[in-house]
Amino acid sequence: MAKRIVIDPVTRIEGHARISIYVNEAGEVEAAQFHVGEFRGFEKFAQGRPFHEMPGLMARTCGICPVSHVLAGSRAGDMLLGLDPPPAARAQRRLLNYAQHLQSHALSFFYLSCPDLLLGFDSPPERRHILGLAEADPGFVRRGVRLRQFGQTIIETIGGRRVHPPGSVPGGMTRPLEREEVERIRQWLPEALESVQMALDRFKALLGQFQEEIASLGDFPSLFMGMVNGQGELEIYDGAIRFVDAAGNLVADNLDPARYFTYIGEASEEWSYMKFPYYRPLGYPGGMYRVGPLARLNVCTRVGTPLADRELREFRQRAGRPACATFHYHWARLIEMLHAVERIDEITADDVLLDPRVRARAGQNANVGIGACEAPRGTLFHHYEVDDTGLVRRANLLIATGQNNLAMNQAVTQAAKRFVRADDPAEGGLNRVEAAIRCFDPCLSCATHAFGRIPLLVEFRRRDGSLLRRLPA
Amino acid sequence: MDPAGRKVRVATAWLSGCSGCHMSLLDMDERLLELASRIELMASPLTDWKEFPETDVTLVEGAVGNVEQLELIRLIRSRSRLLVSLGDCAITGNVPAMRNVYPVEDLLRESYEAQSAPVIGVPGRGSAVPRLIDRVLQVHQVVEVDYFLPGCPPDAGAIYELLAALCEGRQPALETRRFG
Ligand code: SF4
Repeated sequence: MAKRIVIDPVTRIEGHARISIYVNEAGEVEAAQFHVGEFRGFEKFAQGRPFHEMPGLMARTCGICPVSHVLAGSRAGDMLLGLDPPPAARAQRRLLNYAQHLQSHALSFFYLSCPDLLLGFDSPPERRHILGLAEADPGFVRRGVRLRQFGQTIIETIGGRRVHPPGSVPGGMTRPLEREEVERIRQWLPEALESVQMALDRFKALLGQFQEEIASLGDFPSLFMGMVNGQGELEIYDGAIRFVDAAGNLVADNLDPARYFTYIGEASEEWSYMKFPYYRPLGYPGGMYRVGPLARLNVCTRVGTPLADRELREFRQRAGRPACATFHYHWARLIEMLHAVERIDEITADDVLLDPRVRARAGQNANVGIGACEAPRGTLFHHYEVDDTGLVRRANLLIATGQNNLAMNQAVTQAAKRFVRADDPAEGGLNRVEAAIRCFDPCLSCATHAFGRIPLLVEFRRRDGSLLRRLPA
Repeated sequence: MDPAGRKVRVATAWLSGCSGCHMSLLDMDERLLELASRIELMASPLTDWKEFPETDVTLVEGAVGNVEQLELIRLIRSRSRLLVSLGDCAITGNVPAMRNVYPVEDLLRESYEAQSAPVIGVPGRGSAVPRLIDRVLQVHQVVEVDYFLPGCPPDAGAIYELLAALCEGRQPALETRRFG
């Protein structure tokens, strides 16, 4: 008899989801599905609202990466006004985005994944969390907490607050920065650099222990997508889109983010509130692609800052180019953190940041505004169609996490086949299936979200799908 | 610790929200590590509890938007000594409640049918994911709530003061705080 093993909720991820593992009559894991269970409907209730509200409203899709939504919404607004914000505004926004990558990556690595990596996938679940880890290794956790704090402090300084910062608006930023504020940010740099470097060294030393996880938490070919600048370097604010395939071939380059709908399609399935984006030329579901830290390192020619580029060379030697193992998202995230600290150093050392002209003003000059940027989890697109009175008629958000949806499903299937014994699913095995999801650091708040309560549940179903028995009853 | 010297069991849950209130909780930064000696962190998006346990204090982020959340918040209430509505979504419905002016079917049509291709299925019409309820509800419309901490999100200092006060068995002093 076929049965279904359900992991609900998937924990230590940002948002609500469950995983179904399907077991065939021979008792083998056949497939797994990642269900995202929450829906809020921003596309609909944005309709009829003024486009100037969008950065603030769309920030509320996600409290972890609100800066990305504020930036994409502001950039779509820039396009509706038909202007380029002044150079100081561009510098402030880039700084905001690097700060956000840093804080969000620190959350993913230290708070959500290190309990698995340092305490062990099989360690007792009651203590397998950030405070449990803080007991075991207080110095390490304190560094992680302070790294996140550093990112959040920059966001607060430039954006006005840490969560849902109102500082970026269509046309630029609301306020110039003072030299003392920038100096205060710069004082953190040596500590931040040291902490990231320490985390990287610690992670690399652990790799030998995780050979099985590297091979089985989602190691498969796919396309990769990310933004690069004119020199092919990683860019997170205003680059062009590049796709490479699993052999490292350039599939498409220099694509305009504002034309995203010509190369990305979105499918809907009944079993998840999160949509399934795909690369159009390859169709659905063949056009599976991955976004986020691993994808960005795979598509870029180089990162563009010296320390991170040195790490990238080692990464490519050891993990392959492109690196296809989903587990290496963790490594890529750490290299991006190093890169973010270097870029924060660079941007805060340039006086352009202090120029008092931070906002351009204009009336509405277009009816379509599309804004994109690299969010911590991948490329984010906001698309608004606005009538002549400035009210949004139609909105579409192509969320970073959503673009990993097909790949996340493939990763949980691979992990379940390797680590879940259908007759007697062990907690540590199920935790590894969840860990496959944690590699992607999905932000389901963006797509959706909630919190479930059903513990591990096994259902035995007849062929027609009717329920035979449920454990526990 | 509570006045009797036991660690206070704290859980956090999210319903329909953006996780920003949870981020504000983490924005206590190092004060969170300091609290760790006085609280036991139970079910939360940060831990691996799969079933909601008995707690002394539960902080709830988000409004009630689907049938599972409706069931969950009742269960949480029955197992929590004190329940805190954390942030504007839990307290007023805030952004999630902006969908209340539209019938659920219109929302699903707009988000999935109108904007996807291929449409192999529309979530929320079957049973694989929780069905949306017609109107998003405030937490206290469903269960009794002991404390309300407003803001979108509430300020980290206010969350800290609330937790510290509950650990010490006194009333939180929040009069001088800014909200939002
Ligand atoms: S109150 Fe604000 S920060 Fe909290 S969940 Fe709701 S939208 Fe997010």
